[in-house]
Amino acid sequence: MKKVTVSFTLNKDAVTAEVPVTWTLLKTLREYFELTGAKEGCGVGECGACTVIVDGEAVNSCLYPIFEIEGKSVTTIEGLANEDGTLNPIQQAFLENNGVQCGFCTSGMIMSAKGLLDHNPDPTEGEIRSSIAGNFCRCTGYVQIVEAIDMAAKTLK
Amino acid sequence: MIEYDYLKPGSLAEVLSLLKEYGPKAALIAGGTDVMVKIRNTKKSPDVLISLRELKDLQYIKKNSGYHIGALTTHRMLEQSEMVQKELAALHEGASRIGSVQVRNVATLGGNICNAAPSADTAGPLLVLDATVVLEGPEGRRSVPIAEFFTGTYKTVCQAEEVVVELEIPSEMEQFGSAYWKHSRRKAMNLPILGVAVALKLGDGDEISDARIGLTVAAPTPVRAYKAEEFLKGKPLNDDVLAEAGKIAASPDCCSPRDSLRCESWYRCEIIETYVARMGRLAAERIKESS
Ligand SMILES: Cc1cc2nc3c(=O)[nH]c(=O)nc-3n(C[C@H](O)[C@H](O)[C@H](O)COP(=O)(O)OP(=O)(O)OC[C@H]3O[C@@H](n4cnc5c(N)ncnc54)[C@H](O)[C@@H]3O)c2cc1C
Ligand code: FES
Ligand code: FES
Repeated sequence: MKKVTVSFTLNKDAVTAEVPVTWTLLKTLREYFELTGAKEGCGVGECGACTVIVDGEAVNSCLYPIFEIEGKSVTTIEGLANEDGTLNPIQQAFLENNGVQCGFCTSGMIMSAKGLLDHNPDPTEGEIRSSIAGNFCRCTGYVQIVEAIDMAAKTLK
Repeated sequence: MIEYDYLKPGSLAEVLSLLKEYGPKAALIAGGTDVMVKIRNTKKSPDVLISLRELKDLQYIKKNSGYHIGALTTHRMLEQSEMVQKELAALHEGASRIGSVQVRNVATLGGNICNAAPSADTAGPLLVLDATVVLEGPEGRRSVPIAEFFTGTYKTVCQAEEVVVELEIPSEMEQFGSAYWKHSRRKAMNLPILGVAVALKLGDGDEISDARIGLTVAAPTPVRAYKAEEFLKGKPLNDDVLAEAGKIAASPDCCSPRDSLRCESWYRCEIIETYVARMGRLAAERIKESS
């Protein structure tokens, strides 16, 4: 199988990977870098469990061809906490608001929330809901997630 | 097994020469939100994917003697453009309702129309905004009215050696109001059961001087409801007139919606009838708001 070598920034580190051309960003993150925070729910853009940030924007890593990542900057859930282990305010808010139950959707939810708050520090409830419209959660019923993002926005301000 | 190679040309000229060189073995990939899903679902792929993502100069929304939108413009850019929201409202509504933020951040306008799904959310808006598709190929540039662009389900006039480079919208659209209704079961992450776009222009004393109606998922391709448009021209803007236009648009003269698992034909016709009138009303209100 033909391979491709890509160099990019991953959670602030310069990295290089040699993987099959047909791999997606999600597969590369999970199987080459062993960063298993981003999940594969559907593999076709429907569920948002694989959401990561590429060059500042939330994307589905399951649809992102690895050859397109050359030179870009990728942030995953593993890149959010501080070096000393203290959590990012969005992570903290999810914990404090019971925004996490089984946790399968959580990394994607938090990355979508980050994609929103990085651009819009003072979102309305409607804007919060639309920012996670592509993230499915089977457990929480969403209310606590929306509240968590709202709380994170207030902490970050 | 899925096996393909990729190429990332840096210019349009290079893309065109690669298309020529590889012929049917190659396929273009822009945002990849249709291409990647199709490869995964069919377990089949072309031998080579030619990426358009390096063509950053085809990402723009400009206004000079008409509106010009580069084929690589993402739906998110359209959603966030104040000009599109104010002046091309139907297109704003179509683009903003596609998939999710994650999809809109990468999926492109060119990809949406080239994929040519009967449900494409920008197709109805582009039909009523009278857009022209600009293509570039081995013989140079050509322009095709969007109403002639779709030739069948997932089929367009775009030839294997051509690339769609721009969507052009005439400056006279400034005098129109427009609106798009995506009928779906959920607010997000859902393809439309039916799409209705309307653009209207009003003359003196609220007479409808020009009208365009675009329907999606109502026929094998996105279609204009010409008969209903003709009926509206010269009529006063009122509920009875709009309701009658809705009836004509929902008749076999204008559309041929099918029964499918997602929705039966009779219901699609009822949505057309109801929403042609409602979107007509909204389009007219938007003219008044902006003047
Ligand atoms: C989860 C999900 C939800 C979605 N929801 C919606 C929705 O609500 N409404 C909707 O309309 N669509 C939806 N889509 C479909 C898709 O996102 C859109 O059709 C999108 O606009 C495709 O753009 P792209 O850049 O990703 O295209 P790609 O997948 O890169 O390409 C699509 C097709 O167009 C061709 N192509 C692309 N650009 C050009 C060009 N410039 N010139 C010639 N050919 C070209 C490609 O070869 C390919 O055949 C959804 C997709 C997903 C995965
Ligand atoms: S795994 Fe990517 S959206 Fe579901
Ligand atoms: S917490 Fe279980 S899917 Fe969201």
